[in-house]
Amino acid sequence: MGFLKRLASVLTTLFGISVFVFVVLRVIPGDTITSSLGIETGVLTPEQIDTLRAYYGIDKPLVGQYLSWMASFLSGDLGFSYSTGAPVWDLTKSALLVTMQLALFGTILGVLIGISIGMFSARKPGSARDFLGQFFGLLALAIPGFVLSTTIVTVMANKFQYFPNGYEYMTPFEDLSMNLQQMLFPSLVLGIAVAAPIMRTTRSALLETVDKDFVRTAYGKGVKPRIVRLRHVLRNSLIPIVTMTGIQFGYLLGGAVIVEKIFALPGMGRQILDAINKREYATVQSSIMVFAILFVTINLITDWVYRKVDPRIK
Amino acid sequence: MKTSTGRRDWVHYYFKSTSGVIGLFLVLVMVILSIVSALNLAPIDPLEQNPIDALQGPSGTYWFGTDQFGRDIFSRSIDGMSRSLSVALLSVGLAAVVGVFLGVVGGFFGGWLDNLVVRASDVIFAFPAILLALAIVNSLGNSWIDTSIAIAIVYTPIFIRVARGPVLTVKEMDYVKSVRVLGFSTPRILIRHVMPNVLAPIVVQIALSLSWAILTESGLSFLGLGTQPPDASLGLMVSEAQALASFAWWTLAFPSLFITVVVVGLNLVGDGLRDALDPARRSSG
Repeated sequence: MGFLKRLASVLTTLFGISVFVFVVLRVIPGDTITSSLGIETGVLTPEQIDTLRAYYGIDKPLVGQYLSWMASFLSGDLGFSYSTGAPVWDLTKSALLVTMQLALFGTILGVLIGISIGMFSARKPGSARDFLGQFFGLLALAIPGFVLSTTIVTVMANKFQYFPNGYEYMTPFEDLSMNLQQMLFPSLVLGIAVAAPIMRTTRSALLETVDKDFVRTAYGKGVKPRIVRLRHVLRNSLIPIVTMTGIQFGYLLGGAVIVEKIFALPGMGRQILDAINKREYATVQSSIMVFAILFVTINLITDWVYRKVDPRIK
Repeated sequence: MKTSTGRRDWVHYYFKSTSGVIGLFLVLVMVILSIVSALNLAPIDPLEQNPIDALQGPSGTYWFGTDQFGRDIFSRSIDGMSRSLSVALLSVGLAAVVGVFLGVVGGFFGGWLDNLVVRASDVIFAFPAILLALAIVNSLGNSWIDTSIAIAIVYTPIFIRVARGPVLTVKEMDYVKSVRVLGFSTPRILIRHVMPNVLAPIVVQIALSLSWAILTESGLSFLGLGTQPPDASLGLMVSEAQALASFAWWTLAFPSLFITVVVVGLNLVGDGLRDALDPARRSSG
């Protein structure tokens, strides 16, 4: 598929996403005023309600509301938080950084753990070590992130009195050492979740490659087994692993919502949850839109990396 | 199309796999416990508070111990499991029916309808599952039906994709072309000749989706969306245990164990079905 065609398809998807977000978050919940002002609406006069409706722009027809939301969204105006009055974009900028760092660390840990255990398992299929590796994979798949996080928090804080997330969040620029400590457990939780499918993919890809003729040739000409495993087998099994990593990145962004809440990290997930609890629809709507754009962008990048790794894919 | 592997053959094959049998066993245990709870046969009422017995460890009376209100954690766990399984069954059922219908019809007829279905799935795929479920539940409400609808919307595109792929191949096959020439009605062709060939991947997808739905449901209730107190839900129990686990490990351990066991079970069943229903995978074990 040509680049332009691909771009057009991405733009259509983004348009669809914006309509979807608009319908789910603005049309279905109904009147934003009633939701945001709650009980106070009862004591407002009809004139006051009309003024407020005009102020928030929800007296206009839906198409007009959608267009004006999109116009300001595209010009970088994501609206204001009702409770603090801060521009949503300012909150979003710093939150995005936290979530991106978390997702990046989570992926790195996930790839390291996943590939190591996959290689560990694939060395001798059907053996005890293979069973052990697969058992890990299954557990990592089945234990929910919030259970793992809660367990880590409990054990670390109470048995070892070590809980860096109890302190105020530090960006890497303010206090790098503190920041890394605060990122450690949340990214480990995400990494373990992502490691499970990467481990499975690695195992089956390796087992498939081991039988190939060029591997036998490499062993035959006396290349050290460790080198064959890394340079010949692993290298030629990378494509499914890269693909799986890309797919998992999206999962990871979703997992970040829960993990950020438990570890008190001020990322996108927590911003959305807080806004939902405070019924700040403008913030929820814009943040979810930003999140979706991030997700689509990451998928595009994965696709690009995927083509780089395997020149056979056109 | 009659495949070379008959029905009894795959059942036989499924039961030869140890992990498949273990998975089925784990799922059945959870289903039976849920039914016990749904029929109000739990040893203690899951909502009954016994303040004198608050935060007791596991014992003969309270198998899994009690929570901060002295409620029985075993009864609450099976009650939560029955709620999770109900949500999972309803949401995956909805997603499978709608998704398979759209996938089969779209794939078979092609054209603008198919295009629209594929585009709409792309939009839904553009959100992380839990985030989308969160946004929809936030708009719909917190009843178990709202939660199920939200999860159904999230997982429908997967069924569209799973059903549509094989249909695209099958509709070009000679036997489908020939029944079309014979003038059979379209619904008959779809049900009698196309559907049997997409059934296997759908069955596998149902087992795996049930496990994801349980994870999503418990994630939502952990975040305070979905089941509301005092009703029991596994995610909510884990959330409440955050404050208690340091001195009452059982408040965290047992609800967590229940979620993990049912998800492990469903994954093993899914893997077992995949191997049993796909003859090509059998040789590789």
